[in-house]
Amino acid sequence: MAGTKKGFKLSSVIIGILVAFWFAVCLVPFVFMLMCTLKTQKEIMKFGVFSLPQSFFLDNYIEVFSGNIWRYFFNSVIVMIVSLVLLLLFSAFAAYPLSRWKFRLNKPIYALIVACMSVPIHVTLLPLFMMTIKTGLYDSIWALIGPYVAFNLPISVFILTTFMAGVPKDLEEAAGIDGCGRYGIFWKIMLPLAKPGLSTLLIYNGVNIWNEFSFALTLTQTSVNRTLPLAVNEFQGQYAMNIPMIMTVLFVSILPMVLVYIFAKDKLIEGMMAGAVKG
Amino acid sequence: MNNAKSMVARNKREIATAAAVFLAPALIVIAVFIIYPIIQSFITSTYDWNGYSAGKAFVGLKNWAALMKDKEFWHAFKNNILVMVLSIVLQMPIGLALATYLNNRKGRGSQVCKVIWFLPMLMSSVAIGYLFRYALDPSTGFVTAISKMLGGGKVDLLGNPSYVLITVIFIIAWQFTPFYMVYYMAGYGGISGDIHEAAMIDGATENQYFWNIALPLLKPSIKSAIVLSMVGSLKYFDLVYVMTGGGPGNSSELMATYMYSQAFESYRMGYASAVASGMFILISIIAIVTMRLLNGKED
Repeated sequence: MAGTKKGFKLSSVIIGILVAFWFAVCLVPFVFMLMCTLKTQKEIMKFGVFSLPQSFFLDNYIEVFSGNIWRYFFNSVIVMIVSLVLLLLFSAFAAYPLSRWKFRLNKPIYALIVACMSVPIHVTLLPLFMMTIKTGLYDSIWALIGPYVAFNLPISVFILTTFMAGVPKDLEEAAGIDGCGRYGIFWKIMLPLAKPGLSTLLIYNGVNIWNEFSFALTLTQTSVNRTLPLAVNEFQGQYAMNIPMIMTVLFVSILPMVLVYIFAKDKLIEGMMAGAVKG
Repeated sequence: MNNAKSMVARNKREIATAAAVFLAPALIVIAVFIIYPIIQSFITSTYDWNGYSAGKAFVGLKNWAALMKDKEFWHAFKNNILVMVLSIVLQMPIGLALATYLNNRKGRGSQVCKVIWFLPMLMSSVAIGYLFRYALDPSTGFVTAISKMLGGGKVDLLGNPSYVLITVIFIIAWQFTPFYMVYYMAGYGGISGDIHEAAMIDGATENQYFWNIALPLLKPSIKSAIVLSMVGSLKYFDLVYVMTGGGPGNSSELMATYMYSQAFESYRMGYASAVASGMFILISIIAIVTMRLLNGKED
């Protein structure tokens, strides 16, 4: 569509330079990280950061994977899956009546949920810390599920409500005539139709939960009960000056999300288009 | 007729019950993990408490009075405001420019850009914090390496109180610009292709199309992006916590890092709760005022 007038123009050169510049800005830190993972500590000291690795050195990876990184990884996966299932289910439940039915408290409840988007998690950090101690959940991965579901719920309800409001009504009516109750309509019609919205939330919240740090730092304590972002934190304490090792842990911890994004990027944009933007 | 009326009434009641059932899980979770803790935070702020001893002494508004006069807190607040303003100044235009570029191109190259330009957003703040801590290290980092190639000396951006905050702000921009890029791309997706075509037929240049048509149509996206960015900046924590710990001195201290150190390093839970509650009040006020201002101009 665009760029019909081809030809050499100063503006396109400038744009090209800017694009390349931003490309470099995003990529250089990653290249730095990746190259560090393939080097020994001595190499960095001796040849500087921009030198290529002297050999294809994988000992850093071997050391990281032989440590207890699996435990952190496993914890992260469990926390993410359980939180996401509850989160998507609860937000779909809530978005359905908010988007489709008229009842007196509809607007106030929606406003309340949306307002929760701007609540800083830190105002709840201390009370939740005390709450987990009282309930005995402190220092277990289960302590994280509640806060993760709660703090990702407002934006999820917001996006899904907008999404469901755009689903045509006739399907629902037809199902109603066929004797489907409100609950049946939800499971058989709304939920399947909301799939694009749900998949955006899956990616968006998945990345958020995978990377969450503040609650994991405060509500867990021993390393067997911690998630990957904390592994980074703890390896840092353990290998303070061993740059290659720390970079290896960083790289390993972000890899899953990078892979997910590469395959799902268009879904993410699609869903945001349907939801968040109209607010 | 009568029958129909009672059916409507019954229908209404039935809707209300079903709505309650569907909304219950979400509302319970929000009540337990968001609303109750906020109330609890305000209550704790009226006590003097170290977090583990059984004795809590009720001190009324003493913590709040102290907070009002606490230079460190207001210094942190000022830092937050600087982060907020510069985040908008840096992230919004760059995000919009990247989205505009990607929106105009559909080729292979733009697919690669879409991945590379989004990479920072996929990293946790902790990972970014450590990555840049080493990348900016005065002896082994790449900023020093570049400076040496250009004939300069060691550069210590994070160790210098006058540069540390601005450095952190640039790293935050590095992290969040991709989010706004995707946000604006979604905004572009909402503009129908016909509008672009019609403008081109009428002889508009791409430049004119952007300034006179696309930009006004993107206004709602830009507005909500600004609010999101403001709220995000005011509650920022992770990156600063791992990268500078608020230092050197208190030069990069933010409200959230200050609250954290009061609670878990100084064990002043009551005072930390006052800091947290104060933060909540400030953020709410700023968010509400901004939304009023942004939406007020519209109508």
